[in-house]
Amino acid sequence: MDQPKSIVKLLIWIGVAAAGAAAVGGIALHRGESINSVWFVTAAVCVYALAYRFYSAFIAAKVLVLDPSRATPAERFNDGRDYMPTNKWVVFGHHFAAIAGPGPLVGPTLAAQFGYLPGTLWILIGAVFGGCVQDFVTLFFSTRRNGRSLGQMARDELGPVGGVAAIIGVMLIMIILIAVLGLVVVNAMKHSPWATSTIAATIPIAILVGLYMRNLRPGRVLEGTLIGVTLLILAVAGGGWLDHQEGLRTWFDFEGPQLAVLVILYGFTAAVLPVWLLLAPRDYLSTFMKLGTMALLAVAIVILHPEVKMPALTQFTDGTGPIFGGKLFPFVFIVIACGAISGFHSLISSGTTPKLLSNERDARMIGYGGMILESFVAIMAMIAACVLDPGVFFAINSPAGIVGGAAAEAVATISSWGFPVTVDQMNQLAHAMGEATLFARTGGAPSLAVGMASIFSTAFGAGLLAMWYHFAIMFEALFILTTLDAGTRVARFMLQDMLGNIYKPLGRTSWYPGVIATSAVVVAAWGYFLYMGTIDPLGGINSLWPLFGISNQMLAAIALCVATTILVKSGKARYVWVTALPLSWLVTMTSWAALEKLFSPELRVGFIAKANALSAQLASGALPPEKAAITQQLIFNIRVDAVLTIVFLVTTWVLVLDTLRISYRVVSGRKHPPLSEAPHVPTQLAQEWMRD
Amino acid sequence: MARTTIKKIWQGIRHLTGEDGYERYLAHWREKHGDEGGVPLDRKAFFKQQQERKWNGIKRCC
Repeated sequence: MDQPKSIVKLLIWIGVAAAGAAAVGGIALHRGESINSVWFVTAAVCVYALAYRFYSAFIAAKVLVLDPSRATPAERFNDGRDYMPTNKWVVFGHHFAAIAGPGPLVGPTLAAQFGYLPGTLWILIGAVFGGCVQDFVTLFFSTRRNGRSLGQMARDELGPVGGVAAIIGVMLIMIILIAVLGLVVVNAMKHSPWATSTIAATIPIAILVGLYMRNLRPGRVLEGTLIGVTLLILAVAGGGWLDHQEGLRTWFDFEGPQLAVLVILYGFTAAVLPVWLLLAPRDYLSTFMKLGTMALLAVAIVILHPEVKMPALTQFTDGTGPIFGGKLFPFVFIVIACGAISGFHSLISSGTTPKLLSNERDARMIGYGGMILESFVAIMAMIAACVLDPGVFFAINSPAGIVGGAAAEAVATISSWGFPVTVDQMNQLAHAMGEATLFARTGGAPSLAVGMASIFSTAFGAGLLAMWYHFAIMFEALFILTTLDAGTRVARFMLQDMLGNIYKPLGRTSWYPGVIATSAVVVAAWGYFLYMGTIDPLGGINSLWPLFGISNQMLAAIALCVATTILVKSGKARYVWVTALPLSWLVTMTSWAALEKLFSPELRVGFIAKANALSAQLASGALPPEKAAITQQLIFNIRVDAVLTIVFLVTTWVLVLDTLRISYRVVSGRKHPPLSEAPHVPTQLAQEWMRD
Repeated sequence: MARTTIKKIWQGIRHLTGEDGYERYLAHWREKHGDEGGVPLDRKAFFKQQQERKWNGIKRCC
């Protein structure tokens, strides 16, 4: 490289670093009425650019030593289907579509109760040092191991204990994830005929598209998707029309528990139907909508750069927050999983994506870069939540059990916290959004939809506020339902796999009674948590979302344990901090949060304290009989939550100790499972492809 | 010039969405299995198999 060019480059990077530092400093130190969102975007873009350019390059060159001359599994096992060398941008698209779900939209919205600062910093720092690293190294190590899954790698590198822990982790996370996402959708549909009918309409639309792509025009996914998207937008408008028809609207007006039962029935039906009929077409629609809407949101935020009205920190960092109980440390690290670090990604980064890489070098852009993009989605969700008046934000997200069921009572409580809001203001907002009420719609989707609707309607046509709101709700529900289907199916396959060892026919995915029975078990498992969430006066999200965060972080810990073990075994012990540092942080925070969830005397945090308090209430006989029955159920549910937390905690620590054990054996030269890397085969593709 | 660019973008979109999956399968089949004497799957059967396979594992995340 010639001298002047490199100096220009250096100056540019110094500029990026300075801008980034100024923006991060700006959002960290700002203490005024409001702050412009342009600071958030600048901070994020600069941090990502620096991290990608320097940190990921360091990991690629020094730690992992990517070898472009080595043939990838896609090249060696090319079967034109699973294994196939694919253009890196196409792999990037598929990888991003697979990892980015509702998680990065919901987590930051809930964490905004601490103020914008803690969540934003954790999303940025957690992503570049944690999440991106996890995705990158897992993708790379799986590529070096013929595209093996995380569970298989854990078994190969750590031994059977690691393998079993990984499988338990995946099963449990799936159950909790589906339940909590189901709850988010239920809270958005509660007493909202518009939202409910629009979301219901997505089912026949998906089926129609499925039939089109299978029978009318086989494999024409673009045509099918375009037809489907048009119908979906019509469905949003149709829902608005239906909402004004007195006779019709009552058909779609439900209580939370009723909706939970409907979602459960739907989940079971979807799980036993063939994939081409419902799941596959809806996935095309939801991917299209997801990418489109996120791009639209990015454009709108950049053009409009709205003011962020949430303070940097709220008083709820002390653990008294209405949306979920618990102090800033450690709970912000649990509540924001996706967007900062998400263990679930390691399941996509191993197994699926590695089989498509045409060159090892692409792992950096796809693994590290893909997570950067998801992290940016989380930043946008944070902005969208924080552009709302804080009073409105809390009114939408606080469960009735905390702020009171009546509107006047709720606004009085919220205003007394220093976030002024009036009944009038909420009524006007609900009216503008085409809803009867926006109070107590805990879960993040509705407040995000209100934020998105206000941003969109300013950017792309005011007056359509209600349309944009329901569009945002539909878009979130669409891919939440896809996750629900796909997750149920995966959990079912795993269950069938396990049970197949006991009774052969159960393992066969084509044996219908087996399919029905195992689907029912999986649906019953998440359905239980979903239903309990809807009858919980604290809103269910309060206990379920932290549980989801803990399980997701536990999975990340498993992935980082495997990666750390591999680094130690391959003689890279001096770079082990690259994975060991995020691992230690994660294990510390997750264990701390898990212990708080178990033993905190604070009723809204500690499961055991809460169960004891409810039992005491029950024993005193002060409760009316119908309330006593619910309390009984709640007590049982809280105990189940506590047991699950213990399982998560134990699995994580078993794996961490196993990692330490193997690392010690390697370092001290004792016997240990060998490195399971596939042998080096030179690539033939390099010459033909003439890569960058 | 503009035309080839548009064509390239269109090909990219088709590739990204999997719309050209069957064509790629045929190309692969002819190259690798063309001389084995069988017949390739037709479009419908290929698409069906593709979807069954795709959803037989963890493909979507939170």
